Order: sequence, then structure tokens, then C-alpha cells
Amino acid sequence: MKPSVPPSVAARRLLGSALALVLAVSVWVFGAADAIQVYTDANYRAPPGASLLDANQASRLAEGEYLSRVGNCVACHTAPGGAAFAGGRAIATPFGNVHSTNLTPDPRYGLGGWSADDFWHAMHHGKSRDGRRLSPAFPYTSYTHVSRADSDALFAYLQALAPVAKAPTPSSLDWPLNTQAALAVWRALYFWPQERAQAGAASQGSSPSAAAAPVAEPAGAAPGGTALASVARGAYLVQGLGHCSECHGARGPLGGLKSGKQLAGAVLPGPPWYAPSLERADQAGALSPAQTVALLQGDVSSQMFATGPMAEVVLHGTQYLRDADAQAIAAYLQSVAHTRDPLLAEPPLSASTVTQAGADAGAAKLYEDRCAQCHGKNGQGQSGAYPALAGNRAVVMVPPNNAVLSVLYGGFAPATAKHPRPFGMPPYLLTLSDAEVAAVLTHVRTAWGNRGEAVSALQVQQIRQAQARQ
Amino acid sequence: MQKLLASFFYRAGRRWLESVGGTGILGLALLGLVASGAQAAVFEDSMAQRTLACTGCHGPQGQSGPDGYYPRLAGKPEGYLYNQLRNIQDGRRHYALMEGLLMPLSDAYLHEIAAYFSALEIPYPPPIVQNTKAAVLARGQALVRQGDAALNIPACTQCHGPALTGVQPSTPGLVGLPRDYLNAQLGGWQTGQRKAQAPDCMATIARRLSDADVHAVTSWLASQTVPKQAHPAPRKPALAPGAVAMDCGSAR
Repeated sequence: MKPSVPPSVAARRLLGSALALVLAVSVWVFGAADAIQVYTDANYRAPPGASLLDANQASRLAEGEYLSRVGNCVACHTAPGGAAFAGGRAIATPFGNVHSTNLTPDPRYGLGGWSADDFWHAMHHGKSRDGRRLSPAFPYTSYTHVSRADSDALFAYLQALAPVAKAPTPSSLDWPLNTQAALAVWRALYFWPQERAQAGAASQGSSPSAAAAPVAEPAGAAPGGTALASVARGAYLVQGLGHCSECHGARGPLGGLKSGKQLAGAVLPGPPWYAPSLERADQAGALSPAQTVALLQGDVSSQMFATGPMAEVVLHGTQYLRDADAQAIAAYLQSVAHTRDPLLAEPPLSASTVTQAGADAGAAKLYEDRCAQCHGKNGQGQSGAYPALAGNRAVVMVPPNNAVLSVLYGGFAPATAKHPRPFGMPPYLLTLSDAEVAAVLTHVRTAWGNRGEAVSALQVQQIRQAQARQ
Repeated sequence: MQKLLASFFYRAGRRWLESVGGTGILGLALLGLVASGAQAAVFEDSMAQRTLACTGCHGPQGQSGPDGYYPRLAGKPEGYLYNQLRNIQDGRRHYALMEGLLMPLSDAYLHEIAAYFSALEIPYPPPIVQNTKAAVLARGQALVRQGDAALNIPACTQCHGPALTGVQPSTPGLVGLPRDYLNAQLGGWQTGQRKAQAPDCMATIARRLSDADVHAVTSWLASQTVPKQAHPAPRKPALAPGAVAMDCGSAR
């Protein structure tokens, strides 16, 4: 006779089975919902004439190449030292590394044999040709906004590249995060394919990554277009190929973009650079349109240039923006920046600056010895070479990650066509202690009228260690 | 592995520092101070100003740091310097601080930086006095000038020039470098930590060297005085009879 099971164990087993059943049903439901979305949209076919198959091939390839610059595809889809667009670069996510795929038309490892429909399917729905859900490290949450015409042009350009037989690198995500089921759950929570964008249509029922401004069909970047058309074009570029929110957007614990926070600023996974808010007046939201255009096009005439990961974006991507498109992006960002954050306030001088007062003499001396020869005794900088520190929003920003990383690792502005020979800042990682970095940054953030908060040695240590873990 | 190599670099640097002696240190420090002071005092629109991000660590003649030795840049062949910048960008050489610095730079600018440092004329310091046994030095000299046919090791002079001051455009000189730095590079090739463009001839050669032979070669090289005419030779010497040519991806 079988031994009887004690009631407590039986209850636990029942609970365990019930939970497993609920989990299985949820996964099935999410998976089904995902499949239904795809089914309904599978009936979508580009209206006749919308594809540019009958347009001039050379100009189409040129347009495709331009679009690949706007999206900066080559940066993620090229491994260091590897062939362009052949994939293999590790993209850091909070859950591990995902490696980019091969976009060259290699028949075995790349997009050889794909059709324009397949490519559109990936861009718009985030699914591979065989129906596999793609990792959102490939930011289809943004690319879903890209029009069919642009997708076709980009695809034509990629198909014209020389095929490279480079096999894909598997991701380093742990189970269950590397399963299709996990992706189904994530997509159900954070991704809806953008409805077919019609001119003037508002973005109801579309993904949470759509901002308040309507996403219209690209107006072909008409240079003499109205202000509204320019803002619409800017919105299309920022929310679509520009995929700005993928770095500048705030994310929840599961890595999905928070609704309404697409440009609110975020600390990046991997080396802890901070992608500033593009809305706040005390961060990048205060840039004038002229400054935004100059920064994106890599022109330092307005003393604005990018460092860290954004320098790479400018170098390989936005420096190639046409003037009208750069101005459109600036116009759109300016329209968004007028949204006032009710919590926005001048940060008060915190108590930590009081305790730092005793160390001010030492910090001021540090600045004079190590920083003043380039940044100036009064933080005035050197026009065209070294940024001013006085009145520099980037220097006093919260969190202070970028200032700390700049002092530790130095850097150059991107060497662009408009600024081909930048001046470099040496790294101080090996010569300054955490306390010294904190002291000199506190001095910089509170001197010459700067109204920033102090930086602590603990913050410097945490940033240094997060960087070192890469 | 990286920690091991980092600690090796550190210890190598410390040993080198200790062996230099007080006068040597002060002289170098003064030179460094004067050089950086002269460059940093007044802003000038020059490559010297632009490359302060480099000379901060590398100094005018190369110098030791907390995590290793930053080699001399001045006077090296332009192609060699450009190749090293690309090696770091592309991950064939690993040094995190430089990866971040080079990431936003264009190819054209890397060429200009390499050309600038290549053209600098800065004297070499005298060799550091080592107490190496005569037999070890003799073995080192033999390997450098004749190689070892039995072990399939070519003479260093075959590619690096009879005066070991390098060959244009891409082969560096071997004299004027500290022994511990040379040890670290050969060790890096043996372990794969340092790579050059394929075919990587130095990796092949380094793996044929025993530890004793590495010690002999680097001791002899580090004991040599750099000749007054320290420029890289314009072309490779003719192949000695019986010597085997090496195909090097970085020196094509």
C-alpha cells in the first residue's frame, strides 16, 4: 500500500500545480496575443506604388545609405575589428549581452534570400523571417515607426553590400530570459507595432513609445516646409530610425520603456554613462535648435559637443544628417522641451557641500594644477578646443556620471567632417584618487556661479567599479 | 588573466623604476615637468596641444606608470604607430584607457597623430645598467643578429633593421626600450593578449622562444645604446643566405 501523503505536503503540491498552470496559461495567452497581432497585420501589404521598386536604383541606394546613417546601423552591427554590417558586437542590456546580427546578404548567416517584406516584418514587428521573435536589443520598439518606403530603401542598400560569411554569436542571457516565451511576455507588456502612419493621424492604440506629437508620413524632408511639417519630420526621425529613446528613455525593471518617459534620461547598462533628459531645462532640453544641430552634426562652433557613447553616434550617424533633417530634429526636440516637469526645480545646495567647504582650498589647488591649463582659471574653457566648465549644464547635471567618467577616462570630441582634429583630455584614472576626483568635481560644480551638488568619493568609486566590470 | 598581466606590468614597472636609480628618475621627472609645463602654459593650435591626451601618460620619451610602462611614441615609424592605434580600436591590443580615447577618432586623424609623433626628434636616454651574466648577453646577441636555425627563429635584424632602429613604414625599432616592456610584449604575443594583423609573425616567433631565450634577447636589447642616427631604415635589408622570409600582415 502506498504511504499516505501528509495534508501540508499535498496542499503545497496542489498550490505548485496551480501556479504552474497559471504560468503556462499566461505564457500561452501572451504568445497567442502576440501571434494575433502579427496575423492581423500580415494582411497589410504596401499599397501599389508605395514601394520604390520602380525608382532610380542609384538614388535609392544613396537614400538607403543615408537612412542607415540616420539609424546608425553600422555601429551596432559591426564588431570591433570586424567587417562592416556583419554583426557580432556585444550590446549590453541589464540582463546580459546580446550580439548583433549579420545584415550583409550572406545566404547562410545574413540577409541573403530575404525579401523587402521580410525586412519590413523585422523592422515593424520585431520578428525574423522564420517568425522568431527578435530581442528588443534590436530596437524595433522605435523602428516600428519607420515607413514602408524607408524600410525598402534601407533594405535595398543592405542587399547591395558585399556578403560576409560571419556566423552569429549567441547571446549571454541566462535562462529563461533567452527564450521565446520570455520575449512574448516582454512584447505583450511593452511593444505594439505602430499603426500604419497616415498624415495627421494621432498615435492612439500604438506602442507606449509613441510620444504625444503625431507621427506622420515623412514629408521627404522638404527644405521649405512649414514649421509643423518640420516638427513632424523631426518626430518621425527621433521616434523611428533615430531610436533616441532607446538610450535617452527611462526604463522599468523589466527593461521596457516607461510610458511618457521616452526622452526623460537614463543611465546606460554597461559603462554607466548617463544619457541626459532631452526635455528638462536643466539638462539637454535647454539646448537651442542651433546648438542641437551643431551637436548632432559634429560642429563645435557653439561649444556643444558629445562625449562618451553619443560621440560614437555623432561620428558614425548624425554627422551625416542633412541640414533640413537636423533642423527638423532640433525643432521637434524644442517642442518637446516646452513640456515642464512639475518636479523640476533648482537643486538646492545640499548639506554635503557644507562639509566639503573645509576641503575647498585643496580642491581649488587640484583644479589649478590639473585642469586650469586647458579649462581656464575661471572655467572659461578655450573656444573650439576645450569646453567651458562655468555655466555648463552637462557639468552640473544630476546624476554626475558623465562628469566623473570624463575626469577618469578623458576623451575626445568626435572627429567629424566639420571638426576633424579634436583636442583631447587625458585620463586621470591612475593619478587621482576617488576623494580627489570628488573634491575637484565638487569644486567645479559649485564655483563660478555653478549651482550644482557635491560629488562624493563613494559615487566616484561606484562609477569606477561599474566601468571596470566591463 | 588580465589581472595577472596587469600585476606583471605593475611589477615590471616597479623593477624598472627601482633599477633606474635616483639621478635617472629626477632627470626624467624634470624633463617631464618641463615638457608638460611648456606645452600646457599657453594654448597653441598645434598637434602638441591636441595630443596632450596622449603625452600625459606617454611623456616625451615613454615613462612608467602605476599600471605598467607607456612606451615612447617619438620617432617610431608612422605606419607602426598607426597600426597600433588601429589595433587598439579593433581589439587586437587591449588597454581600456586608450580604447575610450580612440573610439571617437576618424582614420584620417589617426594617420595625422601617427605622422606627428613619428616626426618628433627627441633624444634617447642612456640604457639602464643591468647586471646580466655575460653568457646570457652573448646568447641574446646571437639570437638578435643570427637567430637560431634549429629552432626556426629568424634574426631580429632581418626585419627590424641591422641597427635595430626599425624599418619604414611599419616595423618598429627594438633599442631604447626597457627590458621589462620588451618582456611584456613578447609575453603578450605568446599568450595572445597582444595581436597584430594576420598573419601575425611576431606571435609565431615569440612562441618559438623559451623563457631563457626571451630573457637573453630582451636583456641584450635593453643594454644597447641607441645610435645617434636613430631613424628607421628606409627599407628592409636583403635576406641573408639561408634565412627564411617571414610574411607579416602588419608590415606589408
